[in-house]
This record gives sequence, structure tokens and C-alpha cells, in this order.
Amino acid sequence: MQGHSHYVPTSGIGKWMDSRLPVPRLVYDSFIAYPVPKNLNYFYTFGAILSFMLVSQIVTGVVLAMHYTAHVDLAFNSIEKMMRDVNYGWMLRYLHANGASMFFVAVYVHMFRGLYYGSYKAPREVLWILGVIIYLLMMATAFLGYVLPWGQMSLWGAVVITNLFSAIPLVGPTVVEFLWGGYSVDNPTLNRFFSLHYLLPFMIAGVVVLHVWALHVTGQNNPTGVEVKDIKKDTVPFTPYATIKDAVGLVFFLILFMWFAFFQPTYLGHAVNFVPADPLVTPPHIVPEWYFLPFYAILRAITFDINLIIFTIPSKLGGVLAMFAAIAVLAFLPWLDTSKVKSTAYRPMHKQFFWAFVAVCLILGWLGSKPAEYPYTVLSLIFTGLYFAYFLVVLPLLGLFETPRKLPASIADSVLGKVRSGGAPVTAGAAAAPQTKG
Amino acid sequence: MASVQHSEGDRRDFLYLATGATAAIGVGAAIWPFISQLAPDAGTIAAGAPIEIDLAAIPDGGQIKILWRGKPYFVRNRTDAEIKAAVDVNVATLRDPQPDAARVKEGRAKWLVIAANCTHLGCVPLGNQGDYGGWFCPCHGSHFDTSGRIRKGPAPTNLPVPQYTFISDTRIRITGAAATV
Repeated sequence: MQGHSHYVPTSGIGKWMDSRLPVPRLVYDSFIAYPVPKNLNYFYTFGAILSFMLVSQIVTGVVLAMHYTAHVDLAFNSIEKMMRDVNYGWMLRYLHANGASMFFVAVYVHMFRGLYYGSYKAPREVLWILGVIIYLLMMATAFLGYVLPWGQMSLWGAVVITNLFSAIPLVGPTVVEFLWGGYSVDNPTLNRFFSLHYLLPFMIAGVVVLHVWALHVTGQNNPTGVEVKDIKKDTVPFTPYATIKDAVGLVFFLILFMWFAFFQPTYLGHAVNFVPADPLVTPPHIVPEWYFLPFYAILRAITFDINLIIFTIPSKLGGVLAMFAAIAVLAFLPWLDTSKVKSTAYRPMHKQFFWAFVAVCLILGWLGSKPAEYPYTVLSLIFTGLYFAYFLVVLPLLGLFETPRKLPASIADSVLGKVRSGGAPVTAGAAAAPQTKG
Repeated sequence: MASVQHSEGDRRDFLYLATGATAAIGVGAAIWPFISQLAPDAGTIAAGAPIEIDLAAIPDGGQIKILWRGKPYFVRNRTDAEIKAAVDVNVATLRDPQPDAARVKEGRAKWLVIAANCTHLGCVPLGNQGDYGGWFCPCHGSHFDTSGRIRKGPAPTNLPVPQYTFISDTRIRITGAAATV
């Protein structure tokens, strides 16, 4: 997008560099002059918070790798040594372990923000899909990292998750053997997981660059969902407005992060992971970290074979397919939502369905933490159905039946209060008028 | 570059295809070692050689758990009541229909040897628990009977019987894993 001002190199070395590798120009155009809608709220600071968390995880992770030993006989003890002997090792490890949780807190706020304000809609489909890819990579990285301390939950989490792949018809068992590098989750598995846990964050960083690039091509969405029409009236320059706002948001986020890291460092973990891994004993109750719980509930919800007349999907494969579909469906969101209005602030019916969907996700998370027995299994199935109904039934139909509120003519109008945000519902005649921005 | 139409292809077409095919084979050959290194290595395979188990120490109704190839196996000395419970089931009603006789060696019905990883997602089920007196998997709630057959819950198949032979009345040798996980 066209910025508020132009980069003009003043020094001799600045001019020399600008005609060879214009990095300062790129930074200036992207993070100083770049126009952001003037009505962004604090939910829009989570992109910057996530960038900070990625850097934080990489920095603490690289340092922790200097003290970690990826071997089944030594890994658990190397972590304990880190906690007791290494200078500030306890702090760095708790920052890294709780940082993963905080990363997911931030990404879930970021994703629900996108869902609420319709940030996935044209022209931001690619931006959204890149985000889904980052989320997938984050999940893989977090899972791999959780295996490394080689406690009981590390091992058994790895057993459960790698066995998901054995559900693949025909080649499943071979695929799993190649994942393990043996006949079970063992030393070769731990080694390759460490290698991949180190690799994936840099792949995330690469996709984040594409994500930010795509963002800067289309410009940011905003709480009204109305596109920028006049750069001068509707936007402010990124620096100082967005930088300072992001910094304020980050400070409050860091308070939460540091509270966990320093006062409740093990609250989000599992006590059983302080027991060294033992392939002969399964912990009484295997649960993943909190951020995977909704998907874990969906995995366990399918306890019956699905008969499709021509062929039957066994329950195990059914659960695995449902879990992956629950993530994959996000990538199709731009085309599943038929409403031309982006922001839920102007969609009275979607506002209710949105919060119902948030509740469904939270309840699925709670169900994922419960043992696999009645009534939790039945409830998991019901809420799995509701999860998919939101994407596959509610969003496609809502666009056809919902009467949106009147949108402000521009961001500037909205800010100046010419049309009150979430104002009176439009009349039938106004509703018939096409929403030009969509 | 001017191109001339040849209905049957010319020397240049052949060179394009040959070069492309050679390049594809070369890339494949270069990638293969990176895939192949993921497979179990020679040491892992050697450590997975057949194992012998002494049954003499297992009392009536008792069960041991052994580790082979990094995975646990149950060896259960079944009581007469447990065998009867396993035999009396109507096989047709089972999810993975298998008579008890197909899961033990002929004339040695008291010895049940099965892999101890749940066929759902690999947890180790707990012995003498669940609705059928066999095993119960605490992870996702699968119930197995006294023959290790799935009766209730998400597991798709019975706990598999590994390949093994009796080398004496009180000694078996496990020689291979069953086909499934």
C-alpha cells in the first residue's frame, strides 16, 4: 500500500546503499510510513505480540539446546541439570515452556479476532491461509518440543500422536515405522524430534514473512470491515501510532506471561511429566497440553465405524480424519462464509453464532481434558457436530438469511461517529442495496 | 529459436525427454538416502531379534509384561473361568471376529500372548479391568475380553497375537510382531 511519506536517504552512505540493496527503504515503507486504519483496537496488537513470542521462543530455545541432550537415557536428567545447575537455566526453561502456552494464547486471540471481523474475506484469503499454515507448524513444533523432556507424558503423548498415522489405509504401519526409526517411540524418535523441533520455528519465521508481506499488499482489515478509501482520512502511519499501540499491548501481555513464568511455572503442565518416560506403564490419564484439548476431544469423539454403504471408515481413522478436518476447514473459511459484510459488529445474527462457537470451542477443550467415558464421549460427539455445523451450515446459510446493519461510508465516518458503530438495523430497502465492499 | 513441426518428434525432442528423465532419476536418487535414513537402522533391527520367555514363574491367573522391540507384550496364564468366558462368546457379534482358538496355540489354551499396545493409539491397557474381565485402556476407554479381543470403545481391532512358538512346555520364543500396531 501507498505510504504516508516517502523514504528519502539523506546521508551519502544512505544514498549509496539505497541504489544497491534498499533495506532501509523496505523497513521505512513497511514499518514507518505503512498506513494502518485509524480505528484498530487492541485485538489488532496480537500480530506484533506473536512476532515477539516467535523471537522469544527461538532465543530461549537456542540457548536451551546448548544444555539439552537428545538421548533417552540422558534427556530427562539433562533437563533436571538445566533446572538446578545451569545459571538461570530454570528461568530460561520456564520462559520457553510457558512461552509455548502464551504463544497459543496469543494465536487463539489473533484467530478469533480474524473470525469476528471477517479478516479472512476477499482480498485476504491468501493471508488467512498462510495463517492457517503457521498455526499447523506451531502445533507440530509445540508437540515435538513437549516430547523432548522425555517424561511420562512426553513419551505417551508421542505414542498416541505418532499412532494417529497408523490409521492411514495400507501404508499406515510403514509410515509410523519411518516416523519412529524403529519399532516403537525410542531413541531414534527422540533424536529426530529434536532436530525437527529446531527446524520448524525457522520455517514458521519464513511463512510469517509471507504472512506479513500478504498483509502489506492488501492492507489491514479493521473493526468496521470497511476497506480504506482515502489514505489521508482513513489511516495513520504505522510509526508511531501502531508501534506504540503494539508496544502497550505487548507490555500487558508480558505481565501475564511473566506471571505464569515466575509464579505459576508448572501450572499449565502435567505433574506426571516429572516422572521419567517408561514404555511399560501408561499414565492413568493421557492428556495433551491445554491448547490441543479441543482437537483431542474431536479425535476421541468418533468411537464408532462410519458406514458409507460403499465402504466403511473404521472408528480410529474416522477420529483422525475428524481431527485433521477440524483444522483444514479453517483454510476453506473464505469460501464457506457467504456474507458480503466482513465485520461481525454489523452482523447481528453472526454475533450470536460467533460467541456460541467460542463457547463450543471452550467446551470441547474441557471435554478433551476429561476421561474417555460416559457422558463425556457423547458430549464430545455433540460438540464436534456443533463445531463443524458452524463452518459447514451456519456460515454458508447466514450470508443468505441475515440482514446486516448499515455500514459506515468510510473508516473516517465511523471514527467521527457519523454512523454509530453497530447502529440501528437497516430498513428493508437499505438491506436490498448491495454491499459494495466485500 | 525457430521450431520446425515434426509429427513424429525430432532429435531435439528426444534430447529434451532424455535429459529430463535423467534429471528426474538423479533427483530421485539424491532424495532417496534422505528418506531411507528415517527407517529403522541396522542396530535397531539387530536389537529386535527373537526373544525367549520363561513361563514357569507365572502363576494361575497371573500375567507378566515383557518389553520387546521397545513395546510391551502380555503373557497371561488364564484360569479355566477366563478361558470359558473367552470361548463362550458368539464370535459373530464381535467387532473383529476371531474365535479364542485362533488366538492361542492348540492344546495350550491357558497361555495367551498378546501385544500390549492398544490398537487405538498405543496406550498400555490395564489388566483384570474393564467390563469383560480382560483389559481396559485408560486413555480412550477400550474394553478387551480375556482373549484380548476388542469388545467396547474406539480400538478397531483385537490386541494382536505376535508370531511365537513353544520351544518347551514352559518356554516360548517370540519371533515376529503381528501385522498391526
